[in-house]
Amino acid sequence: MSDKQKLVMVGNGMAGVRTIEELMKLAPDRYDITIFGAEPHPNYNRIMLSPVLAGEQTLDEIVLNPLDWYRSHGITLHTGSKVVAVDRVKRRVRAEDGTEAAYDRLLLCTGSKPFMLPVPGNTLQGVMAYRDIADTQAMIEAASRPGHAVVIGGGLLGLEAANGLRLRGMDVTVVHVGDWLLDRQLDQSAGRLLQDALQARGLAFRLGAHTEALLGDEAGRVRALRFKDGSEIPADLVVMAVGIRPNTELAEQMGLLVNRGIVVHDTLQTVTDARIYSVGECAAHRGTAYGLVAPLYEQAQVAANHLAEWGMARYAGSQTSTKLKVTGIDLFSAGDFMGGEGSEEIVLTDPAGGVYKKLVLRDDKLVGACLYGDTQDGSWYFQLLREGASLGSLRGQLMFGPPAERAH
Amino acid sequence: MTCSDALRETRSTCSYCGVGCGVIIESRGATITGVRGDPDHPANFGRLCTKGSTLHLTARPEVTQQTRLLQPQLRLQRQASPLALDWDSALDLASQRLADVVQRHGPNALGFYLSGQLLTEDYYVFNKLVKGLLGSNNLDTNSRLCMSSAVAGYKITLGADAPPASYTDVDHAHCLFISGSNTAWAHPILFRRIEDAKRARPELKIVVIDPRRTDTVELADLHLALQPGTDVMLYHGMLHLMLRQGWTQPAYIAAHTHGFEALVEQVRDCTPERTAQVCGISVEDLLEATRLFATSPATLSLYCQGLNQSSSGTDKNAALINLHLATGQIGRPGAAPFSLTGQPNAMGGREVGGLSNLLSAHRDLANPVHRAEVAALWGVPDVPSVPGKSAVEMFEAAADGEIKALWIACTNPAQSLPDQATVRRALERAEFVVLQEAFATTATAAYADLLLPATTWGEKTGTVTNSERRISRVRAATPPSGEARHDWAIGVALAQRLEARLRPGQASLFPYDTQDALRGTEAIWNEHRESTRGRDLDITGLSYALLDAQGPQQWPWPSGASQGKERLYEDGVFPTPDGKARFHSTTYHPVAEARDEAYPFSLNTGRLRDQWHGMSRTGTLGRLFGHVAEPAVQVNPQDLARLGWEDGALVRVRSRRGQVVLPVQASAEQGPQQVFIAMHWGQEFLGGHDEAGQALTGVNALLPSAYCPRSKQPELKHAAVQLEAAALPWSLVAMAWLPAQQVLRVRESLKALMAEFDYSSCVPFSDTVPLEQAPTQKAGLLFRAAASRAPAPALLRQIETLLGLDPRQALHYSDASHDQYRTVQVLADGEQRHVGAWLLAGDTRAQAWLRPLLQEAQDVSAYGQRLLSPGATPPVAQAARSALVCSCLGVNEQSIRHQLAQSRGSDDERLKELQCALKCGTNCGSCVPELKRLVRWVRPNTEAPELAI
Repeated sequence: MSDKQKLVMVGNGMAGVRTIEELMKLAPDRYDITIFGAEPHPNYNRIMLSPVLAGEQTLDEIVLNPLDWYRSHGITLHTGSKVVAVDRVKRRVRAEDGTEAAYDRLLLCTGSKPFMLPVPGNTLQGVMAYRDIADTQAMIEAASRPGHAVVIGGGLLGLEAANGLRLRGMDVTVVHVGDWLLDRQLDQSAGRLLQDALQARGLAFRLGAHTEALLGDEAGRVRALRFKDGSEIPADLVVMAVGIRPNTELAEQMGLLVNRGIVVHDTLQTVTDARIYSVGECAAHRGTAYGLVAPLYEQAQVAANHLAEWGMARYAGSQTSTKLKVTGIDLFSAGDFMGGEGSEEIVLTDPAGGVYKKLVLRDDKLVGACLYGDTQDGSWYFQLLREGASLGSLRGQLMFGPPAERAH
Repeated sequence: MTCSDALRETRSTCSYCGVGCGVIIESRGATITGVRGDPDHPANFGRLCTKGSTLHLTARPEVTQQTRLLQPQLRLQRQASPLALDWDSALDLASQRLADVVQRHGPNALGFYLSGQLLTEDYYVFNKLVKGLLGSNNLDTNSRLCMSSAVAGYKITLGADAPPASYTDVDHAHCLFISGSNTAWAHPILFRRIEDAKRARPELKIVVIDPRRTDTVELADLHLALQPGTDVMLYHGMLHLMLRQGWTQPAYIAAHTHGFEALVEQVRDCTPERTAQVCGISVEDLLEATRLFATSPATLSLYCQGLNQSSSGTDKNAALINLHLATGQIGRPGAAPFSLTGQPNAMGGREVGGLSNLLSAHRDLANPVHRAEVAALWGVPDVPSVPGKSAVEMFEAAADGEIKALWIACTNPAQSLPDQATVRRALERAEFVVLQEAFATTATAAYADLLLPATTWGEKTGTVTNSERRISRVRAATPPSGEARHDWAIGVALAQRLEARLRPGQASLFPYDTQDALRGTEAIWNEHRESTRGRDLDITGLSYALLDAQGPQQWPWPSGASQGKERLYEDGVFPTPDGKARFHSTTYHPVAEARDEAYPFSLNTGRLRDQWHGMSRTGTLGRLFGHVAEPAVQVNPQDLARLGWEDGALVRVRSRRGQVVLPVQASAEQGPQQVFIAMHWGQEFLGGHDEAGQALTGVNALLPSAYCPRSKQPELKHAAVQLEAAALPWSLVAMAWLPAQQVLRVRESLKALMAEFDYSSCVPFSDTVPLEQAPTQKAGLLFRAAASRAPAPALLRQIETLLGLDPRQALHYSDASHDQYRTVQVLADGEQRHVGAWLLAGDTRAQAWLRPLLQEAQDVSAYGQRLLSPGATPPVAQAARSALVCSCLGVNEQSIRHQLAQSRGSDDERLKELQCALKCGTNCGSCVPELKRLVRWVRPNTEAPELAI
């Protein structure tokens, strides 16, 4: 029994494990670390599930921390072990399988759950979400037989799923309530270009379409999807990608304040219990639960800093940027790319080259960018965006890339 | 190949300047395929200038389809677009409206305004129609803007409107005294002759009197850059010196002239010092010019609009002729006052009396005997004695409502007359405006109620007379385009209808065959010939047959004579009652509108080398914009520096009566406080609107209607103007290659948008290829605009659409809140990418590199989206571009400078070497003066390659 403090992490996902990695850099010997993971896998790159689905990568290739990483760092890992209860007084966690662990510091990284449309038939066989390795394997399996796949949700995940299924030979229709694809990440012009490109790859689309019900056969297997307008399309497989919800069951049960996620301070400590930290898609910081990897890594850094008891870092929220992982389609958006009241827009279009770029400015600062077809300057814009410096004379050249690159 | 498609050759005459060059028109079927100089024509011996050598290009089917007026059209109301109607209805309507005006207000309520580009036969019919049938003298022509001072000058001194010299006199002269004429540009083929003479006889002295340092000056031994309008003072001063030095010819004066004493009194106080001071020249130059004029064995004066277009035009002409009479420099080989005619047939017009104060064959209205002769010839009781309205008066009368109907033929008063505000008011106020025109594109066409399509060069048959009194046949190579009719035939058809209303039952005065153009014109010409019997210009010995058999001939050629007269007054006998010439004693009057504090600049106007008048013809060819691409106001470099303006900055040029907006151009040709705008830039090419939103009407909006009291010729060569920076922060520039079948129609559509901006211009351009490849030459348009604030994007999109900029293909950049708007269309051409069109609005500096990219069809594969980059520095390094000097062979200044840098020796040797190497200036030669200047400017490289081995 060592005299080290005990750190227990619930959830074996990207945000959490990154926190541990950061902590290892700062204070490798401060804690005895125990990790509970519901999935039977070590930490893998969830973002790369789409390339796996598309057949461009294998599962092994997307593992981030193989089991011996945990071993070599003396971390106790319980995979396939879902934590069901936490006693904040005794400071103990208990998993479904009875495994228990005591903690001095607790790190909640329960991530998020896919949202299932509350429509009749959403529990039929062949109706699924797209979240983890299991889902991915199920989709690959389904796609081994030709048939009709319907993906509900024209967001990043939905389009990646649709593209993967198409590449695996299915007829795919994407059903989306919005007027254009990626309506959270792109403006309409870019969304249209994206739709054209995906249609060229054989995907079909129903935009502004509201799903009324999923229809099954006598065997209880999904066979079709019906829209509010009464029309139907055949479906052997329905993938729901209509968004995620922070996974906060456990936190609620623990009596932590939950509001669109587990509410945390700028230190990533929960507002309810300073011993308990939360990072990742389950954490709500200043009212926002982030669903993208970059902010989560920024959170991880801050959380680790505090767990190391350095207490210097603060998390002030993140500017997010988007990329779609569909090979051959480049798009990027960041910040307030929709512009509107009080903002100014610089637009470049190259229809022949399939390029659309929009930069949004406010008070001579870059506040948003939406790039389609040519995203090479995306990271530069993202940097300008976060720096928030006045553009001044740079404005005229802004669309044409960083000054250095323009020099000839 | 059917025989109608066989290549045919037709001898005819060039339709441009008064040199009157012979051309051989090549045609297949109804299409003109080529033109070359007629080696047998005494005016040019096979040579043609940049304009003449491209005549065939202006007659190409696509040009005809897009710019010609091809059927009669009627405007049901002003500003509305005209509707087509048939000839009979058109002529019935015209005659009914005219007869109605005559019945209500008398014949003097009609005004006929014709052109120095009509053929003699056209003139004759209209002159007879107006003065004979209608009994009015309200017939004038644009020769009034061109030659009427020369006419008056000759008549008041020598007794008749007859240039006494011939082009051959250039070869006999020892001194060429060129006054108020940029011969090098305005009469290029005559200038070639002068260059030859100078080459053959380097001792030939050339004196040029011109406020501007023109290309003509390049050949001069002495240049007197006198102050605008001081010519009379100069000539008086010269006479004063001649008297002082004893350089006059008392014997000649006594034997052949009257009125010298009065003149001597007149010039007594024109001392060299005073003259030099008034004219702004040095006493030494004055003395030298006088010495050369008076003491050279033979002095030939060549003069043109510098003397004519003046409020004292007659005095200037006469004061110069005074010098010839006083020194006996007349009536001998190489000695004469030789007025160069501006237009191809101003002479012919004068011969038939086609001016409001003239009668047929140099007869005078005031003379009852002359009137009786003409009335008898025409078979009418009398012809009116009161002079009619001259051009300016005619339009002023129409503006005042005194003239109710205007009949305009083959000219464009809404471009060429001074004081455009009044001209426009006249065209608006007139009850009925008829325009008889070959081109549908002139500014005047927009005001016409009735438009009648006329034939033009290549289609017409008849005769013209050039500066040296030489009558040449004009022959048709092709049938009329569309429903166009010959001008004379339109006159005949109108006359016959008017006869039916005004003198019903009587035999027609116009019994000419309008079906057979050749027979018709010959009958008319024969009638004109008869009118010259016994007159100074007697041509009763000539005939169409003789002209066909022996080629162009000079008048006079009375019956019985075996040839025309090369030179007049060799016997010292002048066409005056007593056979003696008269000295014209006059006082010097300064310009009508002197520079002052409010209007501190002298505006001068004149021709460009490669353009003609209102450009309805030359303006259809992009290649003729290679020499001077765009409208500009030329300003002395020091003035520009003093005002702190960059080359190309937009300025508002204001006179007391109008304004234009133009980019400034530094030009050492201009003296201090003198600016120059080419006469060609009318509303058709230069647009915009004033502060009140009124459309600007081109350069002639600035010029005064002040005219010479005797010749009635307006002072088109001087106005006092002020220049102020035009505060137009928003600008637009667009360029596009367009299909030859559309480019000119597109230009017409863009023209309609020009008044939407404070400043705008729209000119064609082309790629630079040698003349023989010209038929396959690419055609493009360059559109410029500027405004005080950005216009609605819809207007920009309208322009883009017209220029073929397709939003579904073109690269586009917009920063709306900063008014930045750029579109570039890239076309794939095999492996290469070329710019097909571009439009810049807001920051237009990128034109500096986009223009050559497009015009030289450079590969832009390397540019990508950077084609939309702002700023004057190209995003990818590129070769600089330079102006075209030789438009025949497409040689630009850069390559010439490069060549000259390697070449050594005397100026002449280097010029020869240059011409061997690049062939520039070896076709029409119009650019030779410019080449000579470059030879002097560009010194050889200091390091000597031959030593560098």
